Amino acid sequence: MKNKYSVFSLIKNALSQHENWQQAWGNPEPKKEYDAIIVGGGGHGLATAYYLAKKHNLKNIAVLEKGWIGGGNTGRNTTIIRSNYLWDASAGLYDHALKLWENLSQELNYNVMFSQRGVMNLAHNLQDVRDLKRRTHANRLNGIDAVWLNTEEVKKFCPIINTSPDIRYPVLGGTLQRRAGTARHDAVAWGYARGASEMGVDIIQNCEVKGIKRNGDGVEGLETTKGFIKTNKIGVVAAGHSSVIANMAGLKLPLESKPLQALVSEPVKPIIDTVVMSNAVHAYVSQSDKGELVIGAGTDSYVSYTQRGSHNIVEETLKAILELYPIFSRMKMLRQWGGIVDICPDASPIISKTNIKGLYFNCGWGTGGFKATPGSGDLFAHTIANDEPHKLNAAFNLNRFVSGDLVDEHGAAAVAH
Amino acid sequence: MFLINCPFCGERDQSEFSSGGEAHIVRPKQPTELSDDEWAEYLFMRKNIKGIQFERWNHVHGCRKWFNVVRDTSNDKILSVYKMGEKPPVNYK
Repeated sequence: MKNKYSVFSLIKNALSQHENWQQAWGNPEPKKEYDAIIVGGGGHGLATAYYLAKKHNLKNIAVLEKGWIGGGNTGRNTTIIRSNYLWDASAGLYDHALKLWENLSQELNYNVMFSQRGVMNLAHNLQDVRDLKRRTHANRLNGIDAVWLNTEEVKKFCPIINTSPDIRYPVLGGTLQRRAGTARHDAVAWGYARGASEMGVDIIQNCEVKGIKRNGDGVEGLETTKGFIKTNKIGVVAAGHSSVIANMAGLKLPLESKPLQALVSEPVKPIIDTVVMSNAVHAYVSQSDKGELVIGAGTDSYVSYTQRGSHNIVEETLKAILELYPIFSRMKMLRQWGGIVDICPDASPIISKTNIKGLYFNCGWGTGGFKATPGSGDLFAHTIANDEPHKLNAAFNLNRFVSGDLVDEHGAAAVAH
Repeated sequence: MFLINCPFCGERDQSEFSSGGEAHIVRPKQPTELSDDEWAEYLFMRKNIKGIQFERWNHVHGCRKWFNVVRDTSNDKILSVYKMGEKPPVNYK
Protein backbone atom coordinates (compact mmCIF):
# COMPACT_ATOMS: atom_id res chain seq x y z
CA MET A 1 0.00 0.00 0.00
CA LYS A 2 1.47 3.32 -1.10
CA ASN A 3 0.40 5.38 1.87
CA LYS A 4 0.20 2.90 4.70
CA TYR A 5 -1.37 4.34 7.82
CA SER A 6 0.70 3.68 10.94
CA VAL A 7 1.84 5.37 14.10
CA PHE A 8 4.86 6.63 12.12
CA SER A 9 2.72 8.20 9.37
CA LEU A 10 0.66 9.82 12.13
CA ILE A 11 3.74 11.34 13.76
CA LYS A 12 5.19 12.41 10.40
CA ASN A 13 1.96 14.16 9.43
CA ALA A 14 1.58 15.72 12.85
CA LEU A 15 4.87 17.56 12.20
CA SER A 16 3.28 19.20 9.14
CA GLN A 17 0.04 20.10 10.97
CA HIS A 18 -1.79 17.22 9.22
CA GLU A 19 -1.93 19.25 6.01
CA ASN A 20 -0.16 16.74 3.78
CA TRP A 21 -2.34 13.64 4.08
CA GLN A 22 -3.03 12.24 0.65
CA GLN A 23 -6.52 11.74 -0.69
CA ALA A 24 -7.73 8.32 0.45
CA TRP A 25 -9.39 7.46 -2.88
CA GLY A 26 -9.39 8.96 -6.35
CA ASN A 27 -12.09 10.96 -8.09
CA PRO A 28 -11.74 9.86 -11.74
CA GLU A 29 -13.93 10.49 -14.77
CA PRO A 30 -15.41 7.27 -16.18
CA LYS A 31 -13.46 5.40 -18.87
CA LYS A 32 -15.23 4.25 -22.03
CA GLU A 33 -15.21 0.60 -21.02
CA TYR A 34 -14.79 -1.59 -17.94
CA ASP A 35 -14.47 -5.35 -17.35
CA ALA A 36 -17.06 -5.04 -14.59
CA ILE A 37 -19.20 -2.25 -13.20
CA ILE A 38 -20.68 -2.21 -9.72
CA VAL A 39 -23.82 -0.08 -9.41
CA GLY A 40 -24.01 1.37 -5.91
CA GLY A 41 -21.16 2.79 -3.82
CA GLY A 42 -22.29 1.70 -0.39
CA GLY A 43 -20.40 -0.69 1.86
CA HIS A 44 -21.55 -3.79 -0.03
CA GLY A 45 -20.74 -2.33 -3.48
CA LEU A 46 -17.31 -1.04 -2.47
CA ALA A 47 -16.51 -4.34 -0.73
CA THR A 48 -17.53 -6.19 -3.90
CA ALA A 49 -15.15 -4.07 -5.99
CA TYR A 50 -12.39 -4.52 -3.38
CA TYR A 51 -12.63 -8.33 -3.39
CA LEU A 52 -13.01 -8.48 -7.19
CA ALA A 53 -9.71 -6.63 -7.51
CA LYS A 54 -7.97 -8.37 -4.64
CA LYS A 55 -9.04 -12.01 -4.95
CA HIS A 56 -10.18 -12.36 -8.54
CA ASN A 57 -7.53 -10.27 -10.24
CA LEU A 58 -9.98 -8.06 -12.10
CA LYS A 59 -8.45 -4.59 -12.27
CA ASN A 60 -10.54 -2.63 -14.74
CA ILE A 61 -13.54 -2.08 -12.46
CA ALA A 62 -15.75 0.91 -11.76
CA VAL A 63 -18.14 1.61 -8.90
CA LEU A 64 -20.93 4.02 -9.87
CA GLU A 65 -22.64 5.96 -7.09
CA LYS A 66 -25.50 8.37 -7.71
CA GLY A 67 -24.72 10.41 -4.58
CA TRP A 68 -21.60 10.13 -2.44
CA ILE A 69 -20.10 6.85 -1.21
CA GLY A 70 -21.61 5.50 1.98
CA GLY A 71 -24.38 8.11 1.88
CA GLY A 72 -27.21 5.60 1.67
CA ASN A 73 -28.03 2.84 4.10
CA THR A 74 -24.33 2.32 4.94
CA GLY A 75 -24.37 5.66 6.72
CA ARG A 76 -27.91 5.30 8.10
CA ASN A 77 -27.96 2.00 9.97
CA THR A 78 -27.43 1.34 13.68
CA THR A 79 -24.14 -0.54 13.01
CA ILE A 80 -25.10 -3.79 14.75
CA ILE A 81 -23.03 -6.83 13.75
CA ARG A 82 -23.99 -10.38 14.78
CA SER A 83 -24.33 -13.83 13.22
CA ASN A 84 -26.82 -15.60 15.51
CA TYR A 85 -29.23 -16.66 12.76
CA LEU A 86 -31.37 -19.77 12.99
CA TRP A 87 -31.07 -21.50 9.62
CA ASP A 88 -27.85 -23.14 8.42
CA ALA A 89 -27.66 -21.09 5.22
CA SER A 90 -27.99 -17.79 7.10
CA ALA A 91 -25.60 -18.85 9.85
CA GLY A 92 -22.99 -19.72 7.21
CA LEU A 93 -23.43 -16.41 5.42
CA TYR A 94 -23.43 -14.09 8.44
CA ASP A 95 -20.69 -15.92 10.33
CA HIS A 96 -18.47 -15.73 7.24
CA ALA A 97 -19.00 -11.97 7.42
CA LEU A 98 -18.33 -11.85 11.17
CA LYS A 99 -15.03 -13.70 10.70
CA LEU A 100 -13.99 -11.12 8.09
CA TRP A 101 -15.02 -8.28 10.44
CA GLU A 102 -12.65 -9.64 13.09
CA ASN A 103 -9.64 -8.88 10.91
CA LEU A 104 -11.03 -6.07 8.76
CA SER A 105 -9.11 -3.12 10.24
CA GLN A 106 -5.81 -4.98 9.61
CA GLU A 107 -6.95 -6.16 6.16
CA LEU A 108 -7.83 -2.63 5.06
CA ASN A 109 -5.18 -0.78 7.10
CA TYR A 110 -8.09 1.40 8.15
CA ASN A 111 -9.63 1.51 11.60
CA VAL A 112 -13.25 0.42 11.23
CA MET A 113 -13.61 0.56 15.03
CA PHE A 114 -15.00 -2.97 15.21
CA SER A 115 -15.99 -3.48 18.82
CA GLN A 116 -17.03 -6.95 20.02
CA ARG A 117 -19.13 -5.66 22.89
CA GLY A 118 -21.70 -8.43 22.59
CA VAL A 119 -25.30 -8.38 21.38
CA MET A 120 -28.05 -9.45 23.75
CA ASN A 121 -31.53 -10.40 22.48
CA LEU A 122 -34.30 -10.25 25.09
CA ALA A 123 -37.23 -12.62 25.54
CA HIS A 124 -40.51 -11.19 26.86
CA ASN A 125 -42.91 -14.13 26.73
CA LEU A 126 -42.80 -17.91 26.85
CA GLN A 127 -42.76 -18.29 23.08
CA ASP A 128 -39.78 -15.89 22.89
CA VAL A 129 -38.00 -18.04 25.50
CA ARG A 130 -38.59 -21.23 23.50
CA ASP A 131 -37.61 -19.63 20.19
CA LEU A 132 -34.47 -17.99 21.54
CA LYS A 133 -33.34 -21.16 23.36
CA ARG A 134 -33.87 -23.13 20.16
CA ARG A 135 -31.81 -20.54 18.31
CA THR A 136 -28.90 -20.74 20.78
CA HIS A 137 -28.80 -24.53 20.26
CA ALA A 138 -28.93 -24.12 16.47
CA ASN A 139 -26.16 -21.50 16.64
CA ARG A 140 -23.90 -23.72 18.72
CA LEU A 141 -24.39 -26.66 16.33
CA ASN A 142 -23.19 -24.30 13.60
CA GLY A 143 -20.12 -23.25 15.61
CA ILE A 144 -21.51 -19.82 16.45
CA ASP A 145 -21.10 -18.65 20.04
CA ALA A 146 -24.39 -18.20 21.85
CA VAL A 147 -25.51 -18.47 25.45
CA TRP A 148 -28.86 -18.28 27.17
CA LEU A 149 -29.10 -15.86 30.11
CA ASN A 150 -31.84 -15.96 32.73
CA THR A 151 -33.38 -12.74 34.07
CA GLU A 152 -30.77 -12.31 36.82
CA GLU A 153 -27.94 -12.86 34.36
CA VAL A 154 -29.47 -10.31 31.97
CA LYS A 155 -29.61 -7.80 34.82
CA LYS A 156 -26.00 -8.55 35.74
CA PHE A 157 -24.81 -8.15 32.14
CA CYS A 158 -26.69 -4.90 31.60
CA PRO A 159 -27.72 -3.39 34.97
CA ILE A 160 -29.81 -0.51 33.58
CA ILE A 161 -32.48 -2.85 32.17
CA ASN A 162 -35.72 -2.86 34.11
CA THR A 163 -36.23 -6.54 34.99
CA SER A 164 -39.23 -5.98 37.25
CA PRO A 165 -41.86 -8.70 36.71
CA ASP A 166 -44.53 -5.98 36.84
CA ILE A 167 -43.82 -4.27 33.53
CA ARG A 168 -46.06 -4.86 30.52
CA TYR A 169 -43.50 -7.04 28.74
CA PRO A 170 -41.27 -8.44 31.51
CA VAL A 171 -37.75 -9.66 30.71
CA LEU A 172 -37.82 -13.46 30.98
CA GLY A 173 -34.24 -13.93 29.83
CA GLY A 174 -32.15 -13.40 26.74
CA THR A 175 -29.45 -14.70 24.47
CA LEU A 176 -25.95 -13.31 24.23
CA GLN A 177 -23.48 -13.49 21.38
CA ARG A 178 -20.20 -12.19 22.77
CA ARG A 179 -18.40 -12.04 19.40
CA ALA A 180 -21.10 -9.70 18.09
CA GLY A 181 -20.89 -5.92 18.41
CA THR A 182 -20.69 -2.73 16.38
CA ALA A 183 -18.39 -0.95 13.92
CA ARG A 184 -18.04 2.58 12.58
CA HIS A 185 -20.21 2.47 9.46
CA ASP A 186 -18.65 5.35 7.49
CA ALA A 187 -15.17 3.95 8.08
CA VAL A 188 -16.23 0.67 6.46
CA ALA A 189 -17.21 2.46 3.24
CA TRP A 190 -14.11 4.67 3.35
CA GLY A 191 -11.77 1.78 4.14
CA TYR A 192 -13.06 -0.35 1.27
CA ALA A 193 -13.03 2.68 -1.07
CA ARG A 194 -9.41 3.41 -0.20
CA GLY A 195 -8.39 -0.23 -0.60
CA ALA A 196 -10.23 -0.61 -3.91
CA SER A 197 -8.96 2.70 -5.28
CA GLU A 198 -5.41 1.66 -4.41
CA MET A 199 -5.83 -1.43 -6.62
CA GLY A 200 -7.03 0.70 -9.54
CA VAL A 201 -10.81 0.58 -9.10
CA ASP A 202 -12.47 3.77 -10.39
CA ILE A 203 -14.93 5.12 -7.80
CA ILE A 204 -17.23 7.48 -9.67
CA GLN A 205 -19.54 9.55 -7.49
CA ASN A 206 -22.50 11.69 -8.59
CA CYS A 207 -23.07 9.31 -11.47
CA GLU A 208 -26.58 7.93 -11.67
CA VAL A 209 -27.49 4.93 -13.80
CA LYS A 210 -30.34 5.77 -16.19
CA GLY A 211 -30.59 2.63 -18.29
CA ILE A 212 -29.16 -0.79 -19.02
CA LYS A 213 -28.28 -1.55 -22.63
CA ARG A 214 -29.11 -5.13 -23.52
CA ASN A 215 -27.36 -7.22 -26.13
CA GLY A 216 -29.11 -10.45 -27.05
CA ASP A 217 -29.23 -12.50 -23.87
CA GLY A 218 -26.57 -10.36 -22.17
CA VAL A 219 -25.74 -6.77 -21.34
CA GLU A 220 -23.68 -4.25 -23.30
CA GLY A 221 -23.34 -1.30 -20.93
CA LEU A 222 -24.94 1.38 -18.82
CA GLU A 223 -26.53 4.70 -19.69
CA THR A 224 -25.49 7.11 -16.94
CA THR A 225 -25.63 10.82 -16.18
CA LYS A 226 -21.94 10.84 -17.22
CA GLY A 227 -22.65 9.18 -20.57
CA PHE A 228 -22.66 5.62 -21.88
CA ILE A 229 -20.19 3.20 -20.29
CA LYS A 230 -19.48 -0.13 -21.96
CA THR A 231 -19.26 -3.37 -19.97
CA ASN A 232 -20.57 -6.90 -20.12
CA LYS A 233 -20.60 -7.57 -16.37
CA ILE A 234 -22.87 -5.51 -14.13
CA GLY A 235 -23.23 -6.11 -10.40
CA VAL A 236 -26.13 -4.20 -8.89
CA VAL A 237 -25.91 -3.40 -5.17
CA ALA A 238 -28.49 -0.63 -4.96
CA ALA A 239 -30.39 -1.57 -1.76
CA GLY A 240 -33.78 0.22 -1.72
CA HIS A 241 -33.45 1.16 -5.40
CA SER A 242 -32.73 -2.39 -6.65
CA SER A 243 -36.18 -2.71 -8.22
CA VAL A 244 -35.67 0.59 -10.06
CA ILE A 245 -32.46 -0.71 -11.65
CA ALA A 246 -34.00 -4.15 -12.32
CA ASN A 247 -36.85 -2.44 -14.12
CA MET A 248 -34.33 -0.89 -16.55
CA ALA A 249 -33.40 -4.41 -17.65
CA GLY A 250 -37.02 -5.54 -17.80
CA LEU A 251 -36.66 -7.65 -14.63
CA LYS A 252 -39.03 -7.86 -11.68
CA LEU A 253 -37.69 -8.67 -8.21
CA PRO A 254 -39.49 -10.06 -5.15
CA LEU A 255 -38.78 -6.88 -3.19
CA GLU A 256 -40.66 -4.12 -1.43
CA SER A 257 -38.82 -0.92 -0.49
CA LYS A 258 -39.82 0.64 2.81
CA PRO A 259 -38.48 3.37 5.09
CA LEU A 260 -36.60 2.17 8.17
CA GLN A 261 -35.82 4.70 10.86
CA ALA A 262 -33.15 5.25 13.46
CA LEU A 263 -32.46 8.02 15.93
CA VAL A 264 -29.74 9.19 18.28
CA SER A 265 -29.88 11.01 21.58
CA GLU A 266 -27.74 13.78 22.97
CA PRO A 267 -24.31 12.43 24.00
CA VAL A 268 -23.88 11.27 27.60
CA LYS A 269 -21.18 9.48 29.61
CA PRO A 270 -20.82 5.70 29.10
CA ILE A 271 -23.96 3.99 30.38
CA ILE A 272 -24.53 0.93 28.20
CA ASP A 273 -21.48 -1.08 27.09
CA THR A 274 -23.25 -3.63 24.90
CA VAL A 275 -26.01 -3.84 22.29
CA VAL A 276 -29.46 -4.83 23.53
CA MET A 277 -32.18 -5.83 21.08
CA SER A 278 -35.74 -6.70 21.86
CA ASN A 279 -37.81 -7.85 18.92
CA ALA A 280 -41.06 -8.37 20.84
CA VAL A 281 -41.32 -4.71 21.83
CA HIS A 282 -39.11 -3.52 18.95
CA ALA A 283 -36.39 -1.58 20.73
CA TYR A 284 -32.71 -1.76 19.90
CA VAL A 285 -30.18 0.34 21.74
CA SER A 286 -26.44 0.77 21.95
CA GLN A 287 -24.16 3.69 22.71
CA SER A 288 -21.82 5.23 20.15
CA ASP A 289 -18.23 6.15 20.98
CA LYS A 290 -19.37 9.79 20.99
CA GLY A 291 -21.82 8.92 23.79
CA GLU A 292 -25.08 9.11 21.86
CA LEU A 293 -27.67 6.40 22.39
CA VAL A 294 -28.20 4.78 18.99
CA ILE A 295 -31.77 3.55 18.68
CA GLY A 296 -33.22 1.48 15.88
CA ALA A 297 -36.93 1.74 15.11
CA GLY A 298 -39.12 -0.30 12.78
CA THR A 299 -40.13 -0.08 9.13
CA ASP A 300 -43.24 1.55 7.81
CA SER A 301 -45.77 -0.90 6.44
CA TYR A 302 -46.03 0.69 2.98
CA VAL A 303 -43.73 1.06 -0.03
CA SER A 304 -42.01 4.43 -0.04
CA TYR A 305 -38.75 5.94 -1.29
CA THR A 306 -38.92 9.08 0.88
CA GLN A 307 -36.09 8.32 3.38
CA ARG A 308 -38.30 9.76 6.15
CA GLY A 309 -40.62 7.31 7.90
CA SER A 310 -43.62 7.91 10.13
CA HIS A 311 -43.66 9.56 13.51
CA ASN A 312 -45.79 6.87 15.15
CA ILE A 313 -43.09 4.26 14.47
CA VAL A 314 -40.55 6.30 16.44
CA GLU A 315 -43.08 6.93 19.19
CA GLU A 316 -43.69 3.20 19.68
CA THR A 317 -39.99 2.44 19.80
CA LEU A 318 -39.37 5.12 22.40
CA LYS A 319 -42.28 3.87 24.51
CA ALA A 320 -40.64 0.44 24.62
CA ILE A 321 -37.19 1.93 25.34
CA LEU A 322 -38.60 3.89 28.27
CA GLU A 323 -40.26 0.87 29.80
CA LEU A 324 -37.10 -1.20 29.53
CA TYR A 325 -34.74 1.65 30.53
CA PRO A 326 -36.52 4.08 32.89
CA ILE A 327 -33.11 5.77 33.39
CA PHE A 328 -33.43 7.27 29.86
CA SER A 329 -36.70 9.06 30.59
CA ARG A 330 -35.18 12.54 30.48
CA MET A 331 -32.83 11.97 27.53
CA LYS A 332 -33.35 14.27 24.58
CA MET A 333 -33.32 12.87 21.07
CA LEU A 334 -31.08 14.82 18.71
CA ARG A 335 -31.58 13.43 15.24
CA GLN A 336 -33.92 11.05 13.44
CA TRP A 337 -33.61 9.77 9.88
CA GLY A 338 -34.79 7.07 7.51
CA GLY A 339 -33.23 4.81 4.94
CA ILE A 340 -34.98 2.80 2.24
CA VAL A 341 -34.62 -0.93 2.82
CA ASP A 342 -35.43 -3.61 0.25
CA ILE A 343 -37.27 -6.45 1.92
CA CYS A 344 -37.64 -9.97 0.50
CA PRO A 345 -40.72 -12.09 1.27
CA ASP A 346 -38.52 -14.48 3.32
CA ALA A 347 -36.44 -11.69 4.92
CA SER A 348 -33.24 -13.17 3.47
CA PRO A 349 -30.98 -11.51 0.91
CA ILE A 350 -30.46 -12.27 -2.77
CA ILE A 351 -26.84 -12.67 -4.00
CA SER A 352 -27.45 -14.09 -7.38
CA LYS A 353 -27.10 -14.39 -11.12
CA THR A 354 -30.17 -13.47 -13.14
CA ASN A 355 -31.57 -14.88 -16.37
CA ILE A 356 -29.76 -12.04 -18.18
CA LYS A 357 -26.13 -13.01 -18.85
CA GLY A 358 -23.66 -10.74 -17.06
CA LEU A 359 -26.26 -9.09 -14.83
CA TYR A 360 -25.97 -9.89 -11.12
CA PHE A 361 -27.98 -8.68 -8.15
CA ASN A 362 -27.01 -8.32 -4.50
CA CYS A 363 -30.12 -7.05 -2.74
CA GLY A 364 -32.94 -7.85 -0.37
CA TRP A 365 -30.85 -7.25 2.76
CA GLY A 366 -33.85 -5.54 4.28
CA THR A 367 -33.29 -4.23 7.78
CA GLY A 368 -30.03 -6.05 8.48
CA GLY A 369 -27.45 -5.63 5.73
CA PHE A 370 -24.69 -3.72 7.48
CA LYS A 371 -23.50 -6.72 9.50
CA ALA A 372 -22.93 -8.69 6.32
CA THR A 373 -20.91 -6.04 4.45
CA PRO A 374 -17.53 -7.87 4.17
CA GLY A 375 -19.09 -11.30 3.56
CA SER A 376 -21.59 -9.94 1.07
CA GLY A 377 -18.84 -8.21 -0.92
CA ASP A 378 -16.62 -11.29 -0.85
CA LEU A 379 -19.34 -13.69 -2.00
CA PHE A 380 -20.81 -11.32 -4.60
CA ALA A 381 -17.31 -10.78 -6.06
CA HIS A 382 -16.94 -14.56 -6.28
CA THR A 383 -20.33 -14.86 -8.00
CA ILE A 384 -19.50 -12.15 -10.56
CA ALA A 385 -15.96 -13.37 -11.27
CA ASN A 386 -16.87 -17.04 -11.70
CA ASP A 387 -20.40 -16.59 -13.02
CA GLU A 388 -21.30 -19.14 -10.32
CA PRO A 389 -22.26 -18.62 -6.69
CA HIS A 390 -19.93 -19.56 -3.84
CA LYS A 391 -21.30 -22.43 -1.74
CA LEU A 392 -22.07 -19.95 1.07
CA ASN A 393 -24.42 -17.87 -1.12
CA ALA A 394 -25.81 -20.65 -3.31
CA ALA A 395 -29.00 -20.79 -1.21
CA PHE A 396 -29.53 -17.05 -1.67
CA ASN A 397 -30.33 -17.27 -5.37
CA LEU A 398 -33.17 -15.52 -7.13
CA ASN A 399 -34.60 -18.84 -8.29
CA ARG A 400 -35.63 -19.81 -4.73
CA PHE A 401 -38.83 -17.83 -5.23
CA VAL A 402 -39.70 -20.16 -8.12
CA SER A 403 -38.48 -23.43 -6.57
CA GLY A 404 -40.01 -22.58 -3.17
CA ASP A 405 -36.72 -23.29 -1.37
CA LEU A 406 -36.96 -20.13 0.76
CA VAL A 407 -34.57 -19.22 3.59
CA ASP A 408 -37.37 -18.13 5.84
CA GLU A 409 -35.76 -16.03 8.54
CA HIS A 410 -38.92 -14.05 9.33
CA GLY A 411 -39.15 -14.14 13.10
CA ALA A 412 -36.33 -16.66 13.27
CA ALA A 413 -33.46 -14.21 12.97
CA ALA A 414 -33.64 -12.75 16.47
CA VAL A 415 -35.22 -9.65 15.01
CA ALA A 416 -38.67 -8.56 13.96
CA HIS A 417 -38.75 -7.37 10.37
CA MET B 1 -46.68 9.95 7.60
CA PHE B 2 -49.65 11.29 5.68
CA LEU B 3 -53.44 11.50 5.65
CA ILE B 4 -55.58 9.05 3.71
CA ASN B 5 -59.04 9.96 2.51
CA CYS B 6 -61.02 6.81 3.31
CA PRO B 7 -63.95 6.65 0.83
CA PHE B 8 -66.22 5.62 3.73
CA CYS B 9 -64.95 7.65 6.72
CA GLY B 10 -63.13 10.66 5.26
CA GLU B 11 -59.63 11.90 5.96
CA ARG B 12 -57.75 10.04 8.72
CA ASP B 13 -54.15 9.59 9.82
CA GLN B 14 -52.19 6.91 7.95
CA SER B 15 -51.51 5.07 11.23
CA GLU B 16 -55.21 4.03 11.28
CA PHE B 17 -54.71 2.08 8.06
CA SER B 18 -52.78 -1.01 7.08
CA SER B 19 -51.11 -1.28 3.72
CA GLY B 20 -52.13 -4.16 1.46
CA GLY B 21 -49.39 -3.57 -1.09
CA GLU B 22 -49.64 -3.48 -4.87
CA ALA B 23 -53.20 -3.49 -6.24
CA HIS B 24 -54.73 -5.26 -9.24
CA ILE B 25 -52.75 -8.49 -8.91
CA VAL B 26 -55.39 -10.90 -10.10
CA ARG B 27 -55.68 -14.26 -8.36
CA PRO B 28 -55.09 -17.03 -10.92
CA LYS B 29 -58.38 -18.31 -12.33
CA GLN B 30 -57.08 -21.87 -12.72
CA PRO B 31 -54.46 -22.44 -9.99
CA THR B 32 -53.93 -26.08 -10.94
CA GLU B 33 -52.75 -25.06 -14.42
CA LEU B 34 -50.06 -22.66 -13.21
CA SER B 35 -46.35 -23.28 -13.73
CA ASP B 36 -43.82 -22.61 -10.94
CA ASP B 37 -42.73 -19.43 -12.73
CA GLU B 38 -46.30 -18.17 -12.86
CA TRP B 39 -46.81 -18.92 -9.17
CA ALA B 40 -43.60 -17.04 -8.30
CA GLU B 41 -44.79 -14.09 -10.37
CA TYR B 42 -48.18 -14.06 -8.62
CA LEU B 43 -46.93 -14.66 -5.06
CA PHE B 44 -43.62 -12.85 -4.84
CA MET B 45 -42.70 -10.56 -7.74
CA ARG B 46 -43.65 -6.92 -7.23
CA LYS B 47 -43.28 -3.79 -9.33
CA ASN B 48 -42.06 -1.89 -6.23
CA ILE B 49 -42.38 1.33 -8.19
CA LYS B 50 -40.56 4.55 -7.38
CA GLY B 51 -43.25 6.91 -8.61
CA ILE B 52 -46.95 6.42 -9.15
CA GLN B 53 -48.17 3.18 -7.60
CA PHE B 54 -51.65 1.64 -7.47
CA GLU B 55 -52.10 0.02 -4.07
CA ARG B 56 -54.60 -1.39 -1.58
CA TRP B 57 -55.27 -0.08 1.90
CA ASN B 58 -57.47 -1.33 4.73
CA HIS B 59 -58.97 1.08 7.26
CA VAL B 60 -58.11 -1.42 9.99
CA HIS B 61 -58.70 0.91 12.95
CA GLY B 62 -61.86 2.40 11.43
CA CYS B 63 -64.49 0.95 9.12
CA ARG B 64 -62.23 -2.04 8.31
CA LYS B 65 -63.07 -1.78 4.61
CA TRP B 66 -60.58 -2.26 1.77
CA PHE B 67 -60.12 0.32 -0.99
CA ASN B 68 -57.57 1.41 -3.61
CA VAL B 69 -55.20 4.37 -3.59
CA VAL B 70 -52.97 5.95 -6.23
CA ARG B 71 -49.88 7.28 -4.48
CA ASP B 72 -46.54 8.67 -5.60
CA THR B 73 -44.03 6.59 -3.60
CA SER B 74 -41.26 9.11 -4.20
CA ASN B 75 -43.00 11.77 -2.08
CA ASP B 76 -45.98 9.95 -0.48
CA LYS B 77 -48.52 12.26 -2.17
CA ILE B 78 -51.90 10.59 -2.64
CA LEU B 79 -53.31 11.34 -6.08
CA SER B 80 -56.56 9.42 -6.06
CA VAL B 81 -58.71 7.08 -3.95
CA TYR B 82 -61.25 4.65 -5.42
CA LYS B 83 -63.35 1.77 -4.15
CA MET B 84 -62.73 -1.95 -4.67
CA GLY B 85 -64.21 -3.12 -7.93
CA GLU B 86 -64.03 0.33 -9.51
CA LYS B 87 -61.88 0.85 -12.57
CA PRO B 88 -58.51 2.51 -11.76
CA PRO B 89 -58.29 6.14 -12.90
CA VAL B 90 -56.84 6.31 -16.40
CA ASN B 91 -55.01 9.63 -16.10
CA TYR B 92 -52.13 8.03 -14.16
CA LYS B 93 -49.76 5.53 -15.66
